[in-house]
Amino acid sequence: MSPSLYAIVILIVILVVLLTVAALLVWFERRLLGLWQDRYGPNRVGPFGIFQTVADTIKLLTKEDWIPPFADRPVFVIAPAIVMVTVLLAFGVVPFAPTVQVADLNIGLLFFLGMSSLGVYSVTLAGWSSDNKYALVGSLRAAAQMLAYEVFMGLSLMGVVMLAGSFSLRAIVEAQRGLWYCVPQLLGLIVFANAGIAETRRLPFDLPEAESEIVAGYHSEYSGMKFGMFFIGEYLGITLISAMAVTLFFGGWLGPWLPPVVWFALKTLILVCGFILLRATLPRPRFDQLMAYGWKVMLPLALLNLAVTGAIVTARA
Amino acid sequence: MDILFYVAAVVAVLATALAITRRNAVHGLLYLIVSLLAVALIFFVVGAPFVAALEVIIYAGAIMVLFVFVMMLLNLGPQSADQERRWLPPGVWSGPLALAIVLFGELLYVIGSATLASTGAEIGPVEVGIALYGPYALGVEIASMLLLAGLVGAYHLGRRETERSGGG
Repeated sequence: MSPSLYAIVILIVILVVLLTVAALLVWFERRLLGLWQDRYGPNRVGPFGIFQTVADTIKLLTKEDWIPPFADRPVFVIAPAIVMVTVLLAFGVVPFAPTVQVADLNIGLLFFLGMSSLGVYSVTLAGWSSDNKYALVGSLRAAAQMLAYEVFMGLSLMGVVMLAGSFSLRAIVEAQRGLWYCVPQLLGLIVFANAGIAETRRLPFDLPEAESEIVAGYHSEYSGMKFGMFFIGEYLGITLISAMAVTLFFGGWLGPWLPPVVWFALKTLILVCGFILLRATLPRPRFDQLMAYGWKVMLPLALLNLAVTGAIVTARA
Repeated sequence: MDILFYVAAVVAVLATALAITRRNAVHGLLYLIVSLLAVALIFFVVGAPFVAALEVIIYAGAIMVLFVFVMMLLNLGPQSADQERRWLPPGVWSGPLALAIVLFGELLYVIGSATLASTGAEIGPVEVGIALYGPYALGVEIASMLLLAGLVGAYHLGRRETERSGGG
């Protein structure tokens, strides 16, 4: 098979697998939440309810896809697409295995950060174009929260870059052959995990859509498959952050006995379960608490991590 | 690679023109974001991936988000588009347009006389870092001081006046 054909095949396979995984996660999360809350969760459609998402999708597709007359039509339509596009593009640099990667850019990590910073537009524009006060409050929260936590996300990853000496994600994974970076970069991992939850707008940091105060936040006016895009986009985002954490801190595809892709999938799945467990256990903070936590705890920790790592790398060289 | 460059360049120019002429402020901003992304692509194509990534992260991903944020807080309705229409009748454009055409002519002349230095060797992040903290260290330090001054200034402006309100 020629290299370009192989690249296209890999790209299509990754795309199909990711969308399937995102759809399965919707069901998986509900089952897991059910388990932790001592109830069944959806278990009617297919074996163990595994086709629940198919049923949900049919429902969403057959519903009226309503655009409010007061909304800014073009922006309202584009907004849900942005989240899908940016997250899927970011997956392009993730090394699932030594030979399974769309593009090994030498700025791979920066590309991921760039795409996650563009993802902010999706929620911001969705809320603005809806012309609804709850949607606007939700998207204001989303913009402020994601902009703030992006800063720590970038800073927390620079320690990894210093140790590996490269922005290329493949080089970062190869550099973890001796020791996974979750040990020397524990602080970085903690800050990255917090920033990742805020970036994906998941509980406990889901204030942009806090349903008990602002209806559904930025996607209050969305219905049908446009809402479905936000929904699937959220699960793709969870998978992306988990996959990045695996790549940067847990040795990516490295591991004994099993094939590399299996190791990568296993590690990612464990982190995704962590995301869901957080949702099942933690309450939602107030918005000022979220901001104070970010700027007064996470930022100093990220800077401390950066300074200490820099000093150690310099002393060793 | 040349075709990629020209497509991105045309997109950048068109998006910038649309950003200037839109009456709805948020639509104008969206075109400006597209223009910045096109410029990032140009950087990438001519062999500066690091600059391209920074362009996306800092300009398109951070600064423009703040612009959109402010626009959302202002909540400009259709009446602001009407107001802009009254402020900017088509006649206003004639002066700037004439001057811009002169500059455009000069630009064409310069481009025509210069040799095209496209798609050189790719400059990776390591080279950029070495250049920034080697020959350009002074520039980096001055820029960081400028940013610190901005930070201190913003802090001063945003400070709560505790003296008059009697503490608390």
